[in-house]
Amino acid sequence: MAARSISDSTAALTIETSVPFTSHLVDPPSRDVTTTPAELMTFFRDMSLMRRMEIAADSLYKAKLIRGFCHLYDGQEAVAVGMEAAITRNDSIITAYRDHCTYLARGGDLISAFSELMGREAGCSRGKGGSMHFYKKDANFYGGHGIVGAQVPLGCGLAFAQKYKKEDTATFALYGDGAANQGQLFEALNISALWKLPAILVCENNHYGMGTAEWRAAKSPAYYKRGDYVPGLKVDGMDVLAVKQACKFAKDHAVANGPIVLEMDTYRYHGHSMSDPGSTYRTRDEISGVRQERDPIERVRKLILAHDLATPAELKDIEKEIRKRVDDAIAKAKESSMPDTSELFTNVYKKGFGVEVSCQICSN
Amino acid sequence: MFEALREALIEEMKLDPTVCVMGEDVGHYGGSYKVTKGLAEMFGDLRVLDTPIAENSFTGMGIGAAMKGLRPVVEGMNMGFLLLAYNQISNNCGMLHYTSGGQFKIPVVIRGPGGVGRQLGAEHSQRLESYFQSIPGLQMVACSTPYNAKGLMKAAIRSENPVVLFEHVLLYNMKEKIPDEEYICCLEEAEMVRPGEHVTILTYSRMRYHVMQAAKTLVNKGYDPEVIDIRSLKPFDLHTIGNSIKKTHRVLIVEECMRTGGIGASLRSAIIDNFWDYLDAPIMCLSSQDVPTPYAATLEDATVVQPAQIVAAVEQICQ
Repeated sequence: MAARSISDSTAALTIETSVPFTSHLVDPPSRDVTTTPAELMTFFRDMSLMRRMEIAADSLYKAKLIRGFCHLYDGQEAVAVGMEAAITRNDSIITAYRDHCTYLARGGDLISAFSELMGREAGCSRGKGGSMHFYKKDANFYGGHGIVGAQVPLGCGLAFAQKYKKEDTATFALYGDGAANQGQLFEALNISALWKLPAILVCENNHYGMGTAEWRAAKSPAYYKRGDYVPGLKVDGMDVLAVKQACKFAKDHAVANGPIVLEMDTYRYHGHSMSDPGSTYRTRDEISGVRQERDPIERVRKLILAHDLATPAELKDIEKEIRKRVDDAIAKAKESSMPDTSELFTNVYKKGFGVEVSCQICSN
Repeated sequence: MFEALREALIEEMKLDPTVCVMGEDVGHYGGSYKVTKGLAEMFGDLRVLDTPIAENSFTGMGIGAAMKGLRPVVEGMNMGFLLLAYNQISNNCGMLHYTSGGQFKIPVVIRGPGGVGRQLGAEHSQRLESYFQSIPGLQMVACSTPYNAKGLMKAAIRSENPVVLFEHVLLYNMKEKIPDEEYICCLEEAEMVRPGEHVTILTYSRMRYHVMQAAKTLVNKGYDPEVIDIRSLKPFDLHTIGNSIKKTHRVLIVEECMRTGGIGASLRSAIIDNFWDYLDAPIMCLSSQDVPTPYAATLEDATVVQPAQIVAAVEQICQ
């Protein structure tokens, strides 16, 4: 049998999204998405890497190497990957605490991620942030926030700075269906609309705010409509191509016209965090049903196989290689030491009631 | 004083295009205390931003903008309103530099008038220095004269740290001749107002004036008080304060802050920790009462420290 390599062709391929887009106050984009074999393979790799990372984090948490709160993203990978495919590193992304995969999508590396999770000095926040505080300034990834909803005004502030500096870039401010009921979102959206800021508010609707189903928390769970005077788009968040299409559409809109809301219909397999089994407020059948019908990685796998871009064995090999990469990264991260005690007082003020006396103005 | 603050803003905005101002009615209205009068015409709507009444989000937006390289000056029309933004100020403004392992700096200035005014009622007469005091990562200063207002505002804007600048409702119309040449006040320095030998009186903001009024009476009675305006509420300028205590051996703190958990309480602690051996008398602290500021004039006067009480305290300390 002749050797065959995985397709890395950049010839255009048009694929229909799973469902059409539903829109509010705007004409939706087409459900025909242009992609390439190479891009589909990248999607498969990136999402598989994220999936593997999160599953490994689950094990590390159970082994008590990761402590505190750990919110896993498995199931939602298509949102991070599809978004990244639609934008550049000059655009900004800010999200809440379910941030490990977004960090990876923005160019973060596995070793820094695992080190941070385990509180080591090689972590992306030097071990001082933890799971909920991943950031990557050089990739315009602004974290990484623990207080529900508070990142959205920050995100609108990023958009303000982009407009101020005339950058022609946009900010994607992500939040969940739980955070969607925070007043500060509506405040920030109002200001963004008034000032025509390039802000895209992305609701990652995984249907549960911790243990509370969306219909019990929101009188109107049509999150894409809740911008009222701000246009919105509802997107199948398990379909990476739909996410890519929607984010491209949103960026173009935001830069030209001001804010827009995206609702990503997505799902998390894990509970809210590692402290939540995730099965007291939803059935196992529901979870396995989604895994069966809508898993984002399986969707891409089917596309790849259907278009003969790789064989099942080749895809399995990729997954094996990813597993090894993740295991190696964890081993490396484990070698990193805990931060030195002196790190307690860096990046904050220390002398005199927690404030560092280092006046840059006078000679003190 | 409002002109001094305004001058500082104008100078810094001319020098650095990333400096912008945001708050309620700061733009077209010219600022509720005229601190930003005329700035919108000079610098445009993108640099002097009228926000809706949404403190939580516009403070958050200021912090987000700072993460991306701007230097916003966020105005709380009254410091009390900033309580609505407390989460943003504490968790994001104070903490992001730390939780990001140093990646992001938050060079914002959060400023506004506070303190007890003239019968403005409880919610508009708040002294919030103590509320913000414990937030790790924040720096706090209080201005009291047109001279130090301009100097501190400029320094705060230039600082890479997030700075909360406490102004006082009753001091905006204070007048003073200030230098034409550019100057800056050090954020961490206390100000020697009146050198003396008998007792160190530490104060800040409006109470400085009550102290100086009391000082006149005290001088007539033969006392020689040393008055220091601490200005820097966090950190304390323990160098200047310490030198004074080493000289006088007696300390009186006079503040408008609440008694419980106030700036005075922290300052007292710091002095005991550092200068215990130099004290000849217990440290006295006169603070405002732990009550919501009443409306009635007589009650309001009784809420804050009055000169007569300061005189009595000094007499007691110097026995």
